[in-house]
Amino acid sequence: MKRCTILSPTAILGYGFPESSFNAGMAMQPDLIAVDAGSTDPGPYYLGSGKSFTDRSGVKRDLRLMLTAAIPRRIPVVIGSAGGCGALPHLQWTREIIEEIATEEGLRFSMAVIASDLPHELVLEKLAAGRVTPLDHEGQLNEATVRETPHIVGQIGVDPILRALDSGAEVVLAGRAYDPSVFAALPIRHGFDRGLALHLGKILECAAIAATPGSGSDSVIGILHEDRFELVPLSEERAFTRESTAAHSLYEKSDPYHLPGPGGTLDLTGCSFTEIEGGRVEVRGTRYLPSPRPTIKVEGARRVGYRTICVAGISDPIMIAGLDDTIAAVHQRAAMVLQREQIDGRVDIRVYGRDGVMGEWEPNRACPAHEVGVLIDAIAETQEAANSICSLTRSTLLHYGYPGRISTAGNLAFPFSPSDLPGGPVYEFSLYHLIDLDADEAAALFAAELVTVGPHAGGHS
Amino acid sequence: MNGKPEAGGAVRRKLIDMARVIRSKNSGPFTLTLDIIFSSADDYRALKESGQMSRGLIADAYGIDADRISDVIFFDPASAVKIVLPRMVASGGPGDRDVYGAQQHAPLLGLSFALPWNADDGTGPPARGGEPCPTS
Repeated sequence: MKRCTILSPTAILGYGFPESSFNAGMAMQPDLIAVDAGSTDPGPYYLGSGKSFTDRSGVKRDLRLMLTAAIPRRIPVVIGSAGGCGALPHLQWTREIIEEIATEEGLRFSMAVIASDLPHELVLEKLAAGRVTPLDHEGQLNEATVRETPHIVGQIGVDPILRALDSGAEVVLAGRAYDPSVFAALPIRHGFDRGLALHLGKILECAAIAATPGSGSDSVIGILHEDRFELVPLSEERAFTRESTAAHSLYEKSDPYHLPGPGGTLDLTGCSFTEIEGGRVEVRGTRYLPSPRPTIKVEGARRVGYRTICVAGISDPIMIAGLDDTIAAVHQRAAMVLQREQIDGRVDIRVYGRDGVMGEWEPNRACPAHEVGVLIDAIAETQEAANSICSLTRSTLLHYGYPGRISTAGNLAFPFSPSDLPGGPVYEFSLYHLIDLDADEAAALFAAELVTVGPHAGGHS
Repeated sequence: MNGKPEAGGAVRRKLIDMARVIRSKNSGPFTLTLDIIFSSADDYRALKESGQMSRGLIADAYGIDADRISDVIFFDPASAVKIVLPRMVASGGPGDRDVYGAQQHAPLLGLSFALPWNADDGTGPPARGGEPCPTS
């Protein structure tokens, strides 16, 4: 293989893409269709609860277009970070969608399913052995936190996907995966340079976001050569430029020159970005620096309670002028009652129109808007307790007699009845760590299960 | 060049006039990154060489200590500056205000710089972020 053509339909599976772009990509006879389905951006809830942040019908639409195009032409399809977070429930959710499509469309194919969940006992064993390191934070992990975390996923790299392709799978469905690896595994298997393949994957995982104007829901093509790769727009309205491509290296990264991943780091210090005809950009010079000790990045979220919120508006300038003191007094009164009634929890009162977005980082806190929005956010161990805390805080703020008050009928404008909305379980990221795994452990953990999908499929093949 | 002339031939330039992108975003659940992408490589180089885009300046704009800023990185291929700092609260956890970290960039919009900068020419230090309150 002298060149490898890779079609990236969309930045997140389920975000959609124009069929015209996708068809233009298919016309270039891709060797691979790959898509990343995941992100930690939407926060800890989805990983902790096992739910997807993407819409089922959107995911099914995207997958249907991909599979009906790819399977009859024997083009491999690789999907990473299934269901958004890549834990077992997300993997199962995506697998069911694929099975439905196969049945509905009469497609029959072999599929490798790679789970990326880590057993709790293994994590605890590594923790005890001092082989778990916090990533970007100081949080000290303990046994209780590990046990309270329902799903612990490891970000798999290229190797498990490569082995799944070796096993003859036409579709690879992976749990949590390092985004570029779903694009890079196949070309690496064909002997292409690992650094270039991963860098190309790094850009393709965001589909057209690296083009200008950028879009997370439009398809693009990447063509990998021995010594370079090209980025190809598939819609006439956008192009890759030197700036748009280079600037993408910044996106969501802490260091644009060095991008760490499973097994090694991409070094972009020697990269060149050159515009060529047709709105394409050519990239050369990416280097891959293998880590002396490969690690696996693990993610997990645990439930910390239940939430109830209340949203209200304030337009009285006298109240807005003294809001800090009022809120402090409301907190104090509510805490007294809650303590007496032995209800445990926390409540935050945010003021939008003043510092609701940035909190203590807000430089313009001293000049709030002429009307402000108040968000009461109560979190407690049970939904009932959260309801009680929110209710008490809301009623105290509603009737609090602040100094200078002349509006004595009520301090808050509620947009809704009921005023208080239960928000359900609240999660927090409890694991965001690097785990030192031996190569044979990693290979065993992330082994693929090969199944046959489609009409009259018997499951395992 | 826009901006009003200052002593020593320097001109005060607003960041918002020089940048085509000023944004914030999570880099993982515990880290926030601020990206400034300049429209012109010349402006980018002038600012980079002036040394004004510093930890101290950003810290001042956000009202935090300079040692809270993990990194200020100049990325020549994109004529861009990246600033990295830890989030106050992990994304989506109790007390968080911005799960994606996508609206933490506003204090940068008020920055301005004396360019070309000459430390001996008597021009004042860079302006701090944020607009003053309108007088009521």
